[in-house]
Amino acid sequence: MAWYVAKRLFSAALILLGVTFITYLLLFLIPADPARQIAGRSATAEVVANIRHQLGLDLPFYEQYLRYLGNLLQGDLGRSYVQRSPVSDLMAARIGPSLQLMAAGIGFELLIGITLGIVAAIKRNSALDRLLMAFSFVGVSSPHFIAAMLALYFFAVKLDWFPLGGYGGIEHLLLPAITLGILGSGWYSRMVRSSMIDVLHQDFIRTARAKGLTRIRVLLRHVLPNAIVPVIPMIGIDIGIFMSGLVVVESVFGWPGIGQLAWQAIQQVDIPIIVGVTTLSAIAIVLGNLVADLAVLFVDPRIDVRHA
Amino acid sequence: MLSVERLSIDISHGRDGAQRVVDDLSFQLHAGRTLCIAGESGSGKSLSSLAIMGLLPKVATLPSGAILYDDRDLLSLSDRQMSRLRGREIAMIFQEPMTSLNPLMRVGQQLEETIRRHRLDEGNGARRRAREVLDAVRVPHVEKRLRQYPHELSGGMRQRVMIAMAMVCRPRILIADEPTTALDVTIQAQILELMRELQQAFGTALLMITHDMGVVAEMADDVVVMNRGVVEERASARVLFSAPRSAYTRKLLAAVPRLGTAPVLPPRTSQPRVLEVNGLSVRFPVKRVSPFAPATEVCAVENVSFEVRAGETLGLVGESGCGKSTTGKALLNMLDHSGSVRLNGRELSGLKGSALKAVRREIQMIFQDPFAALNPRKTIGELIAEPLLVHDLADGAGRRRRVGELLEQVGLPADAAARYPHQFSGGQRQRICIARALALEPSVIIADEPVSALDVSVQAQVLELMKSLQERLGLSYLFISHDMAVVEQVCHRVAVMYCGQIVEIGNCQQVLHDPRHPYTRRLLSAVPMPDIDHKRDFKALLQASEVPDPIKPRGYRAPRLEYLEAQTGHFVARTADAEDSSVAEPMPV
Repeated sequence: MAWYVAKRLFSAALILLGVTFITYLLLFLIPADPARQIAGRSATAEVVANIRHQLGLDLPFYEQYLRYLGNLLQGDLGRSYVQRSPVSDLMAARIGPSLQLMAAGIGFELLIGITLGIVAAIKRNSALDRLLMAFSFVGVSSPHFIAAMLALYFFAVKLDWFPLGGYGGIEHLLLPAITLGILGSGWYSRMVRSSMIDVLHQDFIRTARAKGLTRIRVLLRHVLPNAIVPVIPMIGIDIGIFMSGLVVVESVFGWPGIGQLAWQAIQQVDIPIIVGVTTLSAIAIVLGNLVADLAVLFVDPRIDVRHA
Repeated sequence: MLSVERLSIDISHGRDGAQRVVDDLSFQLHAGRTLCIAGESGSGKSLSSLAIMGLLPKVATLPSGAILYDDRDLLSLSDRQMSRLRGREIAMIFQEPMTSLNPLMRVGQQLEETIRRHRLDEGNGARRRAREVLDAVRVPHVEKRLRQYPHELSGGMRQRVMIAMAMVCRPRILIADEPTTALDVTIQAQILELMRELQQAFGTALLMITHDMGVVAEMADDVVVMNRGVVEERASARVLFSAPRSAYTRKLLAAVPRLGTAPVLPPRTSQPRVLEVNGLSVRFPVKRVSPFAPATEVCAVENVSFEVRAGETLGLVGESGCGKSTTGKALLNMLDHSGSVRLNGRELSGLKGSALKAVRREIQMIFQDPFAALNPRKTIGELIAEPLLVHDLADGAGRRRRVGELLEQVGLPADAAARYPHQFSGGQRQRICIARALALEPSVIIADEPVSALDVSVQAQVLELMKSLQERLGLSYLFISHDMAVVEQVCHRVAVMYCGQIVEIGNCQQVLHDPRHPYTRRLLSAVPMPDIDHKRDFKALLQASEVPDPIKPRGYRAPRLEYLEAQTGHFVARTADAEDSSVAEPMPV
């Protein structure tokens, strides 16, 4: 087991290295010039050149990248070009709200998705089943920011059930979390439905019923634990998808998280923040997937990690 | 105790109407007695038992009939009322022990669940009962087993756990749906003996569903024979076997191969040797835990040597995991192996590419499952002609002609060439596989359990076909099987394998009627005989024996087996504690 985890952590480090490299390279290739952004429109060429030299932007690519990597390993993510404060401080302040939103969002996705999946599987091939699957399709296909704006409009403006965005107590968290939950639940409900239908046909379910167990007990204790096993790795992937959505969704809801920070940084071509946020997201995704894969090992006793 | 009266079951096919799968079935179960429902596949026997339990699939409807238990009609009870009876008064065990237990729950938890549901006990009391019932089914190391998961147990052990789960509430009726079909013959004997003991101890009525007439003879007091949903005959076991009234029953009993009744086939020792195998070993590497752990491998086949002559059939028997299928595949060069294999004098091992392709024409294989061995997307004509296409032996017209010839040889109509595999029955599909194997005119055909998946009456036909082809074309067969009676029908010589090694080899008469090796004797004593006057005593087999671990460190050299020649051509491996084999007592039948 320890050897397996060590192998996975090593692969994770390689992935992160690759991500930082590609991000840095892409940003390097953008025609926008941060030095000019900072200097302003009316600055002379000399001032711009000066700023460029100060920021080290006149060095060749590989030197800039290696300097960045060196600093990264020491925990120094650089300083924002625009705000002049350390990137790590900026991100630390915003990571809390983002994690809150992610946990609540994925939590609602699972709650809604699994419940709907169970109902659809029990009533398979009925009108209710088809309705639920159509609904899941709609949810997964909708662009998040449009759906978010619509949700804000209906529930916060028209019906006044929730405050209009912002950050604070639980009433501020509910609307964004539920909206994202409903949108993303379709992915889980389809998987849970097909997995449950598979499990319901297995021999051991017949044995459980032959023992005289009640339907509820068979469902909750025998069908569901077996049907959930394929869903666990999906959660790891979902973390990645969620993070990419955060950039836009947080801006719509006025949620002061990493996503909003990234959105502002993109508009201002604030390279250190962009690279920092990308690196952080990559770390979160890789860790999330690793934890999800390890969780499957605990849940399913048949998997022998030594020969995995 | 339980009375099934004129039960009929229909399966609805949606808009196409309903098909009657069980018609007018009636029988009675009495305490302490065993009733066997015997029949081939598709006879409706499993559905009848599911109807008693109330576990029929949704597409099944019950247009008429009643099932009376204690003066209540079970068919009129709601699912909630039935669930109180299930497990408590009527219990059921199923065919596939490998998939019948929840893989995510420990064995102890699954047992205690039944106890708690029927309110027999709670907490520690439930655990104690679980332990007691596992002792009653003779599971060794009970404490350890209670904490294990199902995938850590062998098939026979899982079936014992299933029986324990069924018996834990002391039900009055136990329904067993083909409980031993998926198990080895020695394990089967243990399970049958166990069920007999439990029945005597608790006075349970046993309803056993099976297609094996040997098992029926061993276990049944009364028998119901079903054919396509209709009851052909209902009688006590003694009457059925000694004086069957229905034509179908007579046909069924005649088709069952009985050990000791097959005609002796003339020996072929004067013919030239077609296949010579010397020191064949197959090992599979096991993926290492970490680079620091020692490398190990599975020793599947160890130092196997035999020869097959022209026109001869060599049987290779053994239980599951002994390496017989692996031997067959190694002979075709489908697996990496060491040792020498000579086909018609030419060395096969180490050949690659076009040289291997040329030699492959002379040795072909037919497989166990005819349903899985044929590509469902190709027509029969394409499937049979494929070997000719691969070896570039004939053009389109030539191939069509050859396919017609082959279909005629295996007894199928010529228009079959345009149809698809799913349109044929199991026996017919196996004939197609044989036709495909014959396409290249091989000298040797390796038959890996070719009739195990077929019904008994179809089995006899396919074996006849194989024997007649051998006569006409001078083929040699390597017949791999676990069924001794079938082997006796077709084979000239037999080799018995255990843990990857041959422990006894000789002609059929010698090995099957005068076995000298203790493993062969054990194997033969476990085969149920369809003879009502000779009930076997399986008590000696009830002690589960430990099988040696085939996983050894890499480069392990197994000690060479010495063979003693007990009679001419009859070789027996020397065992550590055996007495001198040449003066061993012949086994009483």
